[in-house]
Amino acid sequence: MSALLQVKGLKKRFGGNEAVSNVNFEVNAGECVVLAGDNGAGKSTVIKMISGVYTPTEGEVYFDGNLLTGQSPEGVRNAGIETIYQDLSLADNLDPGLNLYLGREKTKSVMGFTFLDRAQMRKDAAEVMKGLGIVVPDPSAPVRDLSGGQRQAIAIARAIHWKAKLVIMDEPTAALGVPEQREVMALIHRLKEQGVGIILISHNLPDIFAAADRIIVLARGVVGGERRPAETNDEEIVRLMMGATA
Amino acid sequence: MSKTQKTGTSLLRSLLNAWSWLFLVLILGFFEIYAQLEAGNTFLFRAYNLQSIAVASSQILLLALGLTLVIVAGHIDLSIGFTTGLSAVVMALVIRAAGPDAGLLAVILAMLVGVGAAIVVGLVNGWLVAKLDVPSFIGTLGTYGVARGAALIVAGGATVSIRSDEARAFGNGDLLGVPIPVVVAIVLAVGCHYLLTYTKFGVHTYALGANRASVERAGVDVNKLLIKLFVISAVTAGIGGLVYTGRFSAGAANAGEPILLYAVAAVFIGGASLTGGQGTIIGTVIGAIIIAVIQFGLVFTGLPPYWQFVAVGLVIIVAVLVDQSKSKLTGGRV
Repeated sequence: MSALLQVKGLKKRFGGNEAVSNVNFEVNAGECVVLAGDNGAGKSTVIKMISGVYTPTEGEVYFDGNLLTGQSPEGVRNAGIETIYQDLSLADNLDPGLNLYLGREKTKSVMGFTFLDRAQMRKDAAEVMKGLGIVVPDPSAPVRDLSGGQRQAIAIARAIHWKAKLVIMDEPTAALGVPEQREVMALIHRLKEQGVGIILISHNLPDIFAAADRIIVLARGVVGGERRPAETNDEEIVRLMMGATA
Repeated sequence: MSKTQKTGTSLLRSLLNAWSWLFLVLILGFFEIYAQLEAGNTFLFRAYNLQSIAVASSQILLLALGLTLVIVAGHIDLSIGFTTGLSAVVMALVIRAAGPDAGLLAVILAMLVGVGAAIVVGLVNGWLVAKLDVPSFIGTLGTYGVARGAALIVAGGATVSIRSDEARAFGNGDLLGVPIPVVVAIVLAVGCHYLLTYTKFGVHTYALGANRASVERAGVDVNKLLIKLFVISAVTAGIGGLVYTGRFSAGAANAGEPILLYAVAAVFIGGASLTGGQGTIIGTVIGAIIIAVIQFGLVFTGLPPYWQFVAVGLVIIVAVLVDQSKSKLTGGRV
């Protein structure tokens, strides 16, 4: 069986600068691959080449066996890859239902007029959240009233609801307290159970070891090494991030 | 946070959200008691008073309705002060050009041309803010000046008086006892409320005010949304100009200028926030009524009219203080 996502020989040049070169890796369904690396190692560049924001200078990305490279960000999302940004892209003043459906809202028709179907959207949101093990106390309250972990869950619920097969998460625990970081880790495990592939960007060692099935370390734009968590330790990962050769 | 503390906070927040209703009841009560004690009279229960307040509120509302949408989206539209004047003058000029016996059709045409002039201002505002990334405060301050100049130029610097029974009926007639300007304001208020509360357009407007990235990444065309918002704002203000020309049988370039401050105030008193993402049409309606009651009530008490400015200014400051304590209660996460 071929992998869900195949990244082959990606290279990105900005002017005379080679930001990333010769990056190869795969992500399988239900697997969490951590893309680790220091700031400026090229993690974001790689991610943006997958999500369609950048066009690679060289190399291709295959998703579900189809060539993905050359698609717009919209096309990539429609293919089933959802990116969850650090700021979560939530509208804090809206309830979870509207956030779940933002841009694709459900409506109903009453006497020829179209109305938002808020109740149905709330119900759907509560259901998806429940599947993630999270009960929102008041589904009509704006999401700014929720905890950091619950807000993360809405962003993840959005990916699940729209049937994403691969979720890219950019430093999801960066702005969270310890209990909420645990919540996010639990969410990642639930996503994996549902067969979703995950690329997690992180430079936080505890997160890396808690979430990863495989760790790919980027250093100065190239893959410095690929390890399974059981085969390695903190020290080695740090050494690889600092640019030591494998 | 403990549970009791949390309920206490949410109770306080609901109170703050409802403060404009409480405030309205308070000032109505105040003027009623004043009327009873000082004049042995009633303030509230006289048709004339209520009608005057309703007409004054509707004047404010016509500028404030579209503005509410723009403010919810996190922007502002200062140009409406002279968009109103421009469409008032344009309507008057078309009626005058049509001659004294022009009739209903000419008046309707004049109204359409007047609103058309307003739409041009709205399109320019939207284009400046959406495509050229000009901050709306500065951009619409610019078009405020341009619309003012344009209105004065086409009017030849004077008030354009007209003779038209149809236009006068539009501004002074009534429908089942309700003055037509009030009917127009109610219809537009219902329309704007529907847009903001029950449509995708409204949700995107709230989301834009809270976090532009949220709507952008959801695939919404933010530029188009912004242009629509500024056009709606210009259209309601322009309709305000039509009502003005009807009421006074004359179009004046400065028809909307004295109301601009009141319109902005009504939106903020109604619960909107300068940072965007908050505000409702119902709130704005209450805000406009509060200002109209203060205006009319102070005249009623016999105070010099200048006190109105002071009173409305103070209410604006209170509204901003309430908004700030609301954001403090949400932990600054607004």
